[in-house]
Amino acid sequence: MSATTAPTPATRAGASRPVAARSGPSAARVRRVTGKVIASAVALLIAAVWAFPVYWMVLSAFTPNARLRSMPPSFWPASPTTTNFEGAVTGTNFASALRMSLAVTGLTVVAVLLFAFLAALAISRFRFRGRTSFVITVLVVQMLPAEGLFIAQYKMLATAGMLNTVVGVSLFYVAAIVPFTIWMLRGFVAGVPADLEEAAMIDGLSRSQAFFRITLPLLAPGLVAAGVYAFLQAWNEFTVALVALPAESAQTLPLWLRGFLAASANRGVDWGQVMAASTLIAIPVIIFFVLVQNRMTSGLVSGAVKG
Amino acid sequence: MSTAAPDAATRATTPQATHGVRRPRMPYVLLVPAVAVLALGLGYPVYWQVITSLQKYGLAQQFGQPPEFVGLTNYTGILTDGYFWSVAGKSIVFCLVNAFVTVAIGVAVALLMRAVPTWVRIVLQVGLLVAWAMPLVAAVTVWKWLFDWRTGVVNWFLTQLGATGFDGHNWLAEPLSFFFVATVIIVWMSVPFVALSVFAALTQVPDEVLEAATIDGAGPSKIFRWIIVPMIRPVLSIVLLLQIIWDLRVFAQIRLLQDSGAPVKETNLLGNYIYELGIGRQDFASAAAVSILVLALTIAVSWPYVRSLLAEDKS
Repeated sequence: MSATTAPTPATRAGASRPVAARSGPSAARVRRVTGKVIASAVALLIAAVWAFPVYWMVLSAFTPNARLRSMPPSFWPASPTTTNFEGAVTGTNFASALRMSLAVTGLTVVAVLLFAFLAALAISRFRFRGRTSFVITVLVVQMLPAEGLFIAQYKMLATAGMLNTVVGVSLFYVAAIVPFTIWMLRGFVAGVPADLEEAAMIDGLSRSQAFFRITLPLLAPGLVAAGVYAFLQAWNEFTVALVALPAESAQTLPLWLRGFLAASANRGVDWGQVMAASTLIAIPVIIFFVLVQNRMTSGLVSGAVKG
Repeated sequence: MSTAAPDAATRATTPQATHGVRRPRMPYVLLVPAVAVLALGLGYPVYWQVITSLQKYGLAQQFGQPPEFVGLTNYTGILTDGYFWSVAGKSIVFCLVNAFVTVAIGVAVALLMRAVPTWVRIVLQVGLLVAWAMPLVAAVTVWKWLFDWRTGVVNWFLTQLGATGFDGHNWLAEPLSFFFVATVIIVWMSVPFVALSVFAALTQVPDEVLEAATIDGAGPSKIFRWIIVPMIRPVLSIVLLLQIIWDLRVFAQIRLLQDSGAPVKETNLLGNYIYELGIGRQDFASAAAVSILVLALTIAVSWPYVRSLLAEDKS
């Protein structure tokens, strides 16, 4: 659909009136064009409002703090600097928080992919007693909110002496993320017909060869999408981390950012450094997210969109 | 894109049966890791909370005294506590207001996407995606900076517009304006998902139908009410339901905003109340009881969504 040809499907679907347009008076055309211009202006304004906080975060991260404290604010890069990033990175605990986040996220992603893939294989390739109960359980537990569980999870880790450990917090992340990834992967696994694998076996491949050479490559996009989903969840998680990782030395990046702001507040917040810290956490996430968002959205509402 | 998966699922049904007969133990073995992690990470905490909510579990028990079974005492204690009801009421009103505002704006943005040229729509989609992708803690932090009472852009902008009283105005000090800021953040974070999902559904509405309606003389509002809404109703209801479920779990946003010196008692929602009871006061019995109530409420609200997903699995 090109933007230059006049009656695109989009315009016809909107508030314009093809009846008036067909009869041909130029007044109607003018009205239609004006309507489109106004709609475009509103759309661009909304895009600006939604993107502004992200823009402001990055802009502030590169602006000297003295400039941020003075009014009126400047909306363009004025004397950009990287000192805010240096301040954030060399501040207390950044390195340990980064290590912790990478460890927790890495462990979570690997465990989620493995467990969810095996379970997806079971429910999409086999009919067995208890299958429906398992599917219902998966669907119900994925709705359970962290707020409704974190007191018990805290007590569990405290009793086991596993507060502030990577394994402890990862256990809860995996349990929280696995249900939705099983659901995501189920569709992908079902999309690779078992016939294909069997045909390869008739042609002389062993079962494991058939799996690694035929099935796995076809599943790769699904595994990547599920892996990125797990990465985003674990990397951004705040609520469970707050109770499971109370020690400052065991903080993940979201907890570190919160502490960084609190520490800065004691001396009148250094928003430049705080925004640099936020940018460091957000940028990898935004890149990953934009790459896979399509698949995640369709997973959530696919049942409804199906026409 | 979204239609591919269910089609594939139906195609694969036939070979499944033969597999099941040939290797009956295989599926159970494959499920072991997932079941184990769910039992340990979610099942046991739920079980612990049910048990603990029926016991006396305070500081004495922390120091090793065996807990004592007290039946539903913890529940009656909570349900007769006025503060619990004020927190629960605030949570539910906050949740519904946020969910409906989000869906209303999301649908409006989706309709707008249909009415504008492609390049404008792509700019809009990129703007929404970037906002959607922001990690929660970073997002709340940026909004705190925007609403900062001394040098925040919001106060500066309102003052420029000629509004008085916003110079040095502290948004987070009053419960009502605190919740307003929280709503702005949550709506900002949630609208992209709604708008993009509803837009995807709108693209399935055939142009011929809309054209026919226009020729028959239906105006834009009639077309929206009697053609578009009925055709996208499944997506609308799922999206609204998900928003309600997600807006019940706003512990993190509220907690992070409270850090800036907000009145905690007046701004607590259910999750924050549980945190305060459990971690703050070490009253695990009451915290467990409130948790169970929250879980029950969530499952009750989620049930239609679970049913719709289940129907998809069956097809």
